[in-house]
Amino acid sequence: MTAALLLIAFLMLGSAAVAMALRNLIHSALLLIASWAGIAAFYLWAGAEFAAFAQVLVYVGAISMVVLFAVLLTRQGAPAREPVEAPTRARVLAAITAGACVAAVLSAAVLTTEFRPAPATPPSASVRQLGLELMHRHGAALLIVGVVLTVALLGATILAATEQKPEDAP
Amino acid sequence: MTARPATESFLERAPLELRDWFVHCLPGPLQWVTHHLITIVAVLAVFGLFFAFTTIAERKLLARLQNRLGPNRTGLPWIKGLRLFGLSQPFADAVKALTKEDIVPAAADKVLHFLAPVIVVAFSLMTFAVLPFGRNYLPVNLDAALLYFFAAGAATELAIFMAGWSSRNKYSLLSAMRALAQLISYELPLILSVVPVVLVTSTLSTKAIVLQQGHWVAGVLPHWFVFTPWGFAAFITFLIAALAESNRSPFDLPEAESELIAGHLTEYSGFKYALFFMAEYFGLTALSGLGVTLFLGGWQAPLEVLQFIPSYAWFMLKLVLMIVFFIWVRGTLLRLRIDQLTRLAWKFMVPLALLNVGNAAFWALTMHWSGPLQLVRWAVSAAVILIPFLLLGRTLSAGFAPRTYRYAP
Repeated sequence: MTAALLLIAFLMLGSAAVAMALRNLIHSALLLIASWAGIAAFYLWAGAEFAAFAQVLVYVGAISMVVLFAVLLTRQGAPAREPVEAPTRARVLAAITAGACVAAVLSAAVLTTEFRPAPATPPSASVRQLGLELMHRHGAALLIVGVVLTVALLGATILAATEQKPEDAP
Repeated sequence: MTARPATESFLERAPLELRDWFVHCLPGPLQWVTHHLITIVAVLAVFGLFFAFTTIAERKLLARLQNRLGPNRTGLPWIKGLRLFGLSQPFADAVKALTKEDIVPAAADKVLHFLAPVIVVAFSLMTFAVLPFGRNYLPVNLDAALLYFFAAGAATELAIFMAGWSSRNKYSLLSAMRALAQLISYELPLILSVVPVVLVTSTLSTKAIVLQQGHWVAGVLPHWFVFTPWGFAAFITFLIAALAESNRSPFDLPEAESELIAGHLTEYSGFKYALFFMAEYFGLTALSGLGVTLFLGGWQAPLEVLQFIPSYAWFMLKLVLMIVFFIWVRGTLLRLRIDQLTRLAWKFMVPLALLNVGNAAFWALTMHWSGPLQLVRWAVSAAVILIPFLLLGRTLSAGFAPRTYRYAP
């Protein structure tokens, strides 16, 4: 079992590391997808079937397409047209504040989590139990995540729809 | 395995008994491996042959639909004059594809160019693992089987992208993007058409879904989901989305052999080209199998008295009928344009499929209604799907029909 875990971890981290080192963006993206598949394999190893299949469906199936389309639709190699503005004091402050906020939230989440000792026998949760848990106890969280995603989608649509070339404008 | 139902005849058990007998002849450590290897080999052999005969059936049926004879010359190589109606054609095709030259463009990304057909075939074969082929014939009994099915199918899109990009041909890449747009558009109605079944059965396991369809009214009317209003609507959505997902006519734009230059397959030749088609047929067969499982009662017999026929025979019969239906559609309907294709998906099928999910929720909530309320339940469920279908259809086709021919007489 440990050998399988080591193999999965090696493949996952190795493909992620190679993805960062490669010059070819498409190769990097494909290796990143391989790394995501490795995470799914890890879930399977841990006995979390539902999470593993959801990981494959969402990351390997859908988010991979977003990444690949983004790579293909953005021009590669061309230097950015707008020069980056010089850092002003306000921008530096804003960046530090935003970073500090994210760090505070993340570290609070990590620190307040109780890491209970794992039970001797692995718990068996059927998909039905998972669904009930999600819909009853964490129903509000699920709805909020849905709203956030919908807002993001609407924002993306507005950004894409209002961007017009000057000669096309009436 | 103590109480076997009375319907389990010898034929029903025979393949299993044969496997168990073979496994028990082996030493202990090998038994587990052999058990699973036999299952894998059986699925590969049965559906490999099924694929071979689907191609010949398709060629023959399409030929008959077009008033031709189709392939009828291939016989057996060592017997002169025996032609078998050309039934050995697929094997001749396989030999031809294997012996053809394998051309890889000089500028191509060799590794990805090689990996794309491998991935597409491997993942389309993996979907067969969760289809219940018979009462006792489910290769892997997963709790989240439906999720597994769609997760395994998701890699097809990746493979098509890899094929188009690694060919270093702008036509390949362009048509790969078109193919992806189509696949992503139809993934949504496909999954939305499956959700009602999950809602009503409240399980993701294919085995449990089939078992819930195993009742008859008065021994003649099976409780298949296709015979309910929401089930019928979901089945039709599923059929259309399955056609589009497996690149079949009238949605075969990704390959469109008579208009494009075979799309993302432009730079493929020989056996790699054949592998893509193999994956397409495997995908079609797996989706048909899923349709049979979800809506047509899986391996259940249509009449209670016909249960003496082995369950796998019923499954294969329904599967063959689905495939023949798909071939019939290919011979009948014209290919859509890309804008018509995406419009059909986003403006028509997605809203109706979403509505049908609500319809199924209503059906699940009114499970306990009986007597005259049962009629109300059926009427409401039928109206919920039929009225929006008519309204939406009328509105969307308002400016398009009837077609006027200005220049033709």
